[in-house]
Parts: sequence; C-alpha cells; structure tokens
Amino acid sequence: MKTGPSLCLLVFLLSLPLAAHAKLKVVTTAPDFAAIAQAIGGDRVEVTALAKPTGDPHFVDAKPSLIVKLNHADVLIEGGAELEIGWLPALLQTTRNRRIAIGAPGRILANEVVELSEVPTTLDRSRGDVHALGNPHYMTDPVNALRVARRVAQAFSQLDSASRETYEANLKKFSDTLETKLAEWQKRLAPFKGQRVVAYHNSWPYFARRFGLQIDLFLEPKPGLPPTPAHLAEVMTKMKESGARVVIVQPYLSRRTAESVARHTGAVVVDVASFPGGVKGSEGDYFKLMDYLATSLAKALGEKAP
Amino acid sequence: MKGKRVLGWGVSLCLSALSLQAQETNQAGPVQQLQQQLRQLQEDLEQTQRRHRQQIEALQQQIDALQAGPPAQAAAPLAATTVPSPAQTGALPPAASAPELKPAWSPTAPITLLGGQRNYLNLSFDALFAAGSSTADDIPHLQLGGHDPVQRGFTAQNLEIVFEGNVDPYFRGQASLVGHINPEGEFHFEAEEAYLETIALPANLQVKAGQFLTEFGRINPTHPHTWSFVDVPLVAGRFFGAEGLRNPGARLSWMLPTPFYSELFFAVQNSQGGTAYSFRGAGHNHDGDEHNLLFGRERIDRETESLGDMLFAPRYAVSFDLTDNQTVLAGASAALGPNNSGTDTDTQIYGVDFMWKWKSPRHHGGFPFVAWQTEAMARRFEAGAFAEDEDGDGVLDVDLPRETLWDYGLYSQLTLGFKKGWVAGLRGDWVSGERGAFYPDPDRDTRWRVSPDLTWYPTEFSKVRLQYYYDDRDNIGVDHSVWMQFEFMLGSHAAHKF
Repeated sequence: MKTGPSLCLLVFLLSLPLAAHAKLKVVTTAPDFAAIAQAIGGDRVEVTALAKPTGDPHFVDAKPSLIVKLNHADVLIEGGAELEIGWLPALLQTTRNRRIAIGAPGRILANEVVELSEVPTTLDRSRGDVHALGNPHYMTDPVNALRVARRVAQAFSQLDSASRETYEANLKKFSDTLETKLAEWQKRLAPFKGQRVVAYHNSWPYFARRFGLQIDLFLEPKPGLPPTPAHLAEVMTKMKESGARVVIVQPYLSRRTAESVARHTGAVVVDVASFPGGVKGSEGDYFKLMDYLATSLAKALGEKAP
Repeated sequence: MKGKRVLGWGVSLCLSALSLQAQETNQAGPVQQLQQQLRQLQEDLEQTQRRHRQQIEALQQQIDALQAGPPAQAAAPLAATTVPSPAQTGALPPAASAPELKPAWSPTAPITLLGGQRNYLNLSFDALFAAGSSTADDIPHLQLGGHDPVQRGFTAQNLEIVFEGNVDPYFRGQASLVGHINPEGEFHFEAEEAYLETIALPANLQVKAGQFLTEFGRINPTHPHTWSFVDVPLVAGRFFGAEGLRNPGARLSWMLPTPFYSELFFAVQNSQGGTAYSFRGAGHNHDGDEHNLLFGRERIDRETESLGDMLFAPRYAVSFDLTDNQTVLAGASAALGPNNSGTDTDTQIYGVDFMWKWKSPRHHGGFPFVAWQTEAMARRFEAGAFAEDEDGDGVLDVDLPRETLWDYGLYSQLTLGFKKGWVAGLRGDWVSGERGAFYPDPDRDTRWRVSPDLTWYPTEFSKVRLQYYYDDRDNIGVDHSVWMQFEFMLGSHAAHKF
C-alpha cells in the first residue's frame, strides 16, 4: 500500500504555514506616527494617517469618513497629551471599535513612552492654549521617535505574533539607521550649537534640545494667539540682540508674517514641517523629514555665517 | 519492503513534526529571547539611574539657588540646556527651561480641573448672551427659539453646564443642564440632555438612552452655542417648538458595513411635554395666552396608552469625501407620533439635510473653509375638530373642523471661514403652509427671512457675532432686527462634532 507515505506527505504539506495573515490595519492621528508604523510594519501593515501633513494637527475635522477608518482599524496610534483633544474624542465616541478602546492592545498612546517637557504648574487659559500634560510635539527628537518605534513594534508583535520576527528585524533596521543618522544630523548642526532660531509656534523644544539650538522666541505672543505688531517689534529687537538669523515656519502658518520679520532683521525664512510630506523635500519617511530639517537649517544658519 | 515503508513513514513524520514546530510562535529560541529581555532590562535600569541622577542634580541646584536668596525665578539651568551625547538614548530631564515656583495655595485660588485624560469627569461651562433690537412689536413671537434673543436689550440665552466622561468600559455618559433668563428676569433651569451611550457593542451597533435631543436633521440635535447664527432657523422653530424636539427615550444606531460612512438610527421617545411641540405638547413658551392653542385648537389631555403613543424617529445618514478636502454629508429623517389636538390625531414630520464642506489642506486652526448646509422639512399634522363658545352666548365663536394641515419649510446657510478666527455667514429661511380653517395663523403663515452675519473667534473658547435680519411675515409685515452675540467657555476642551 502506497497510501501511507502519501498521507504523511499530505499531512506535511498541510502543516506548512498557511497563507499570509491579513495585514494589520493601522490608523494614526498624525503622519509622523504613520511613518514610524510603516517603517516597523513594512508590508505586514496598511497604514493611514487621519491628519494631513500640510495641515494643523490640532484641528482635524471629525468627518464621518474618518469614523469608518477608525471602525476598521486594528491599531490606533495617537500622540496623546492633548494634541488631538479637539477632534479625536468626537470620532471615537461613534467608532464602536473594541480593538482600539483605551487599554486594548491595539491602542497606542505614544506619549506614554516619552518624557514630556514643559508641563505647566498651573492651568490657566489666560496663558494661551497650553497643553495640560506637557508639550506634545515630541516627535522631532529622534530619540523619542525611536522610543515610539519600540512601542509600536511591541504592539504589532503582540497583535500579530506570527510576524514578530519581521517587526523586530524592521525595528533593528530602523534603530541602526537612526543611530547612524542621528550622529550625522548632530554633526551637521554642531557648528551652530547655542544659536537662536525663531519659530511661529512653540512646537520645537525637543528638536532644539537634541540638536543644541535655542528655539525659544516665537511670533505668537502666547500659544494659539495671532502675532500682534507690538509683540513682533519685541521679537525683532530680541533677534537683533541675540543674532538670530533664521525664522522657521510650518506650511499652515502665515509665511507673510515670518517674511516681514525676516526682512526687518536680515534673517532668512525656512519652511519646515513636523510631518513627512508637509514641505516639499520632506516626503517619504521619518529619515527624509529629519534629513530635510537638518539640511535646511544647517544651510540657513551657515549661509549667513561671517 | 517493510523497512522502506517504515523509513518513508519516519521521514514524513519527522518532516511534519519539523514544519509544525516551525510554526510555533517562539521562532527565536527561548534562550535568545531571555538574553534579549535581559539586555532590555539592563538598558532600562541604566536609563532610570541616569534620570534619577539628573533629577537629584537639578533639585540640588534649586535648593542652592533658594538658599542663596529671594526671587529664585530663573533658577539654575537644569541639565536640560546641555546637549546630551549622541550615544545617550537616556531619559530627558523632567522639566525644561526656568522652573516656576508653585504659588502657595490659598482658599481664594480657583479650582483647576485638569483636562485631557486625567480626570473621571470632564466639566465645562458655556455662557451665551445676545444684545440687540428689532422693529417688531412682538419680539418673543418673532424669535421662535426658546434660547433666542427675545427682547430689546440683553438676553442671557444659554448658560450651559456640561458633564461628560466614560462611565465604565461599556458606557460613556453626557449631561447638559441649561439655564436662561427670560424677559421678566426669571431664571429657568432645566436638564436639556442626560444620557449614556455604549462604547463598543458588537455588529457596529450603538445604544443611546436617557434624555436627549432627537437626531433629526442637523440643527435639532445641536446646542445653540454651536450654531453659526444667533438663533434657530424658522423651520426648526416652527416644527419643533421653542425648546427643540427632545424627550427621554432610547436610540439604536447601526453603522452599515459600507466603505463609506452610512448609518441608520431609530429612536423611541416620549411624545408629550413642552419639548414635543408638534406632538402631545404643551403650549408655546412665550405665549401669555391661557388657552394654550395650537393652530386655533386647544390642546387636550391625551394619555400615553400604548406603544403607538410614543414618538418614533428613524434617520439615515451618509457621507462621502468628494476629494481630500471636500466632504458631503446627507441625511433623511422622520419624526412620527400622536398629537393632542384630538383624541386620535397624529403628526408626521419628514426632513432631508445636506452639508458640503471644503477645508484648505494648509488650514490653520481649521481656516480657511467653506461650508454649505441646507435642510428642508415637511409636516403633516392631523388637527382635530374644535368648537368653543367663548362668551357663553350660545353661539359658537370658534368652530374648526377636523383637517389635515401641511406645512413646509427650508433653510440654507453658507459660512465662509476666510481668515483664522473669522467666519462670514449668510442664511435664508422660508416657511409656509397650506391654508387651514384657522387663518391667519402666525404659526403657519408664509414667512421668509434673510440674514448675513459675521463672527469673530478670538480663540476657540470665546466668540463675538453680529447679525442682521430682514424678516417678512405674511399678514404682519416686514421687520428688521440686529443682534450681537457673545459667548465664553470654561473648563475641559469640548471636541467639535462635524
């Protein structure tokens, strides 16, 4: 009888790994988390970002199509720390997705793995729109991006344990690339250590600390308030005193205001973004974004060097 | 022969065993896993130690500075301002820049309520006021909403306290208690909404139960301070009354498994009370009349006797993203229930709503944007017969037959957020009805209205608005009104519904 071995062969063939699992559906609030999720997940995940890279991440319309995206999601990555407080809760109220409820393995609050700075000691809206848990724009510090990447890899591995090796390999690749590139970026910006850069909104403290720049002068008199002529005059005076030569502005903010300040102080305006794809030249992944930031800032700071 | 067979079996079994083992989730050997974990633990321990060292240093510096003398405002810079080495993936120091001295607590200090995800209850207070005037003689009848400006001078339209939070892993709860001050200076306080909503039922269902505004169209379920205009559109005011259509009840909704948003709603609510104007309601709020008339007829007592006496409100809503920056939302709603103008009379209200919005991809705070919203409604009201001899002279002064009254109306509003914090709007209202036996009836006669308005939002927590009305009422005439409105909000950040 030859059926014996054939049967065993059949058992062997059937016991081979089944067809690849369906991809993990990952939804992130901001595009920087999407870039991290894509880097860690590779082709095992389908990633969507709810906010556009060119838009203000604090104000995303809670459109019904986003409810559908969240309803289908296996994973939700949010910045937390009140970054999305103006729109995400309204979406989550009607989403009915247990997989991304608070505490579920698919719900990642990125702020839980980073240490927030600028935590206010008192909460008072007369100080402007201050985030109660600290400054939530922490992703422009590559060290924080790595922490978030680790957390994302952990969550992906927990939900899709069959692909754990892939996630760990991707994480290692991301981590190694990041270590190398971080050294590069720091080297590129090292000559400008301690120099002051002017920003429109206070969303750069982590970037500043990591790369030795002083980004503590803002065109907004208080967070969320539009620039006033009196405040701008003060800013220009301070710029002249401290030799600040660069004004950085994000795509959704008023470039005209930044240009006018730059004109009066002999500074240069640099288009920056917090998200990959927010500015031309920063599309692609997290490294492209940071490459763009490091290069354009170094160029702007270096250009006018005496 | 037998040996070969045994060998064949053995090899196949071994191969099967190997492949099965290969499918085990622990693909890296257990020893390697432990090593990885140990390495991770070591790293974490080093990080923690480094962090603690930095904290201790920072605290020591602060103590030194304080001991050195008074105002230690800009205390010694923390390790924060020094650049950590590239290899250091360690923790960041706890607080950046100049640490603030926490003010000593005093009983007069305001209570600060943390926002975000740090408290069990989100509390907020919203106050909405209007000021202005109108050429109309009967402002309380001109303005149909209970929270509309109803007098020359100032009106405290809406003083609203909202409680919101997750009750437990199964439910979310929300309540809004609203007060307003009427022209006589009396303060009226009521529970506008208090309900729970399930968080995650299977099959994409959701249940809402409690006291809530019926989800009909786009104006009725919303609170006055979220509107783009000072007062309620005519058609909503006429059909739902001064307080809107709201009552205790329960609502089931099902999100259909379509790639685009589409949702079915079905609500069952009480159909009586001052908040069920077109049903077994109580009279118009601003009426000084004792007769409590509706379309010339007195409202009668009509008890809730069966399930058929409840208010049923089905709705279907669908939404598409036309492009990355444009969204449309359309819906159809109905409200069906008994009314108390007769013993067996019913009301049916039907409505369709449509919203289109464009927002710039480079929006700042949501600006610039353009939004267009339109709603059209029709009401079929079975009116009972009503006869009355008012002056007791044996002759009927009022003799109205049983009839079916049809009313229609629509409004359309265009809002333009042209600059951050600035919105210009234009709204047109039109309402009319088939002439009934009781005529003229200011609650049913043709009326149309145009109003431009301009709103300034200094931040998302306050607003100032200016609005003008051109109002044409059949059998009454044309009136002009100018209203200014201002609002402030305290407390937890309210998330904005689309």
